[in-house]
Formats: sequence, C-alpha cells, structure tokens
Amino acid sequence: MNHYEVTFVIDPVLSGDEIKTTASTYQSLLKDQGCDIVHVNEMGLRQLAYPLNKKSSGVYYCIEFTSPVGSVIGKAELALRRDERIMRFLTVKLDKYGIKYNEDRRTGKISAYKKKESKKKPSDASGSEVAAAAPVAPPVEIIQPEPVIEAPVVMAHSEEE
Amino acid sequence: MATRDDIKFLSNPTLGQQRKKYCRFKKYGIKYIDYKDQEFLLQFVNEQGKLLPRRITGNSLKYQKLVAVAVKRARHLAILPYVTDLLK
Repeated sequence: MNHYEVTFVIDPVLSGDEIKTTASTYQSLLKDQGCDIVHVNEMGLRQLAYPLNKKSSGVYYCIEFTSPVGSVIGKAELALRRDERIMRFLTVKLDKYGIKYNEDRRTGKISAYKKKESKKKPSDASGSEVAAAAPVAPPVEIIQPEPVIEAPVVMAHSEEE
Repeated sequence: MATRDDIKFLSNPTLGQQRKKYCRFKKYGIKYIDYKDQEFLLQFVNEQGKLLPRRITGNSLKYQKLVAVAVKRARHLAILPYVTDLLK
C-alpha cells in the first residue's frame, strides 16, 4: 500500500459548484481505480506566485490517498493533463514522515508556520514554533490551515466573479 | 593608578563573536518539509526567490537537500516564484 498526495490548481474563473464538481471528479476517479481517499484538503483560493494561463489566482486542492498499485498515478495524471479546468498539478509519494506530518496537521498537533514578531533576532527565531507544535489559532490569511473548519469557508470566494 | 580590576572594555567583547549555527531540523526534530507551506519555505530563499546556501541557513546536508526539493515543488505549483524581486 503506497501513500500518495496529489495537489492541483483549479481555474478560479469557474463557478463555485463547477470547482467542487471538478475536485469530486478526481476523488471518484481515484476511488474507481481502487484507491482509498485518506483526506481531501481544500486549500481554497490563493494568490499565485506567478501567472498561470494569464490568471493571478487559483483554487488549490490536495487529495491524499493510498493505492495498492502504482499504475493509478499514470491514469490520474493523464486525466488531469487533459482537463482544461486544471491549471497545474503535482503528484507526490509520501514517506513515513510525510504521512505522519499530514496526520498531525489534521489533528491540529502541528499548525502552519507563522512568522514570529520580533521577540528574538530573526536569524534564530525560526523553526522553534513548528517544533513546539502547539495548536495556536490559525493565521489570518487566504488559506485556511485547519482542515476541519475549511469546507464551508472555501466556497465563499467564488461569488466574486 | 588603575588596577587590573578597574579595566573596563570600551566595547562589548561578545559583539563581534559569531553565534554557533545549527540545523533547525535536527534541533527541533522536524522530519518532513511541507512544500505547501509558503511561509515556512520563505525562510530558505533570498529576496529574488533563490535558495539560500547551507553556509547561511546552517542546515545539515540531508535537510538542505529536502529543502531544495520542497522549494522546487512549491515553485512548480506557483506557491513560490521562480524569479522575482522584492520577495520579502
């Protein structure tokens, strides 16, 4: 049983429902191939670091799944590549630390890294917060790092078009 | 005149000394570097979005390689830029 994670960026021009159906298409596709969906992380509408298809934002989704065979990946990636609604995708095989990290993220043991206010010098302030792993309140950003509360929030962006 | 006890340093003697660098991943037991965490990865790139050398970050070789992979994955997904100015 291998653990994989596929992240993709959906075109933000689509309506909220279309974005949702796009994401669920790939969930059902993976299920049909005999995969178990572990978790679906809706990262929501985010600004892109550089334009993709002349668009400056995108809706991020991350599906974590286990598969008994590796041939699923090729089929899923072919479907993603043919889909015009998908702007970018990346499939990654997770090692044991990656699986544990994602689990801890879900249960709230690890929160997303937040920049520290100048309590210490910036050179050595880094990293300690991640290790502390205290479930602090999520940072106010476009992304919603807590997967539990995500689902209702994400689609609120789509009314802008 | 002044005895040895009275001699004060004109400047702070620890001022020029370098703090020992360390690998934050080893120190805090971080085993996995998430390519989706933009804020975290920003610590390992400079203003132009280039990877910082180990010389500066203090990462051990093992984790520097993992950082490099994570940054490259983030660039592909447009979480981090390939080239830019004034990133920070």
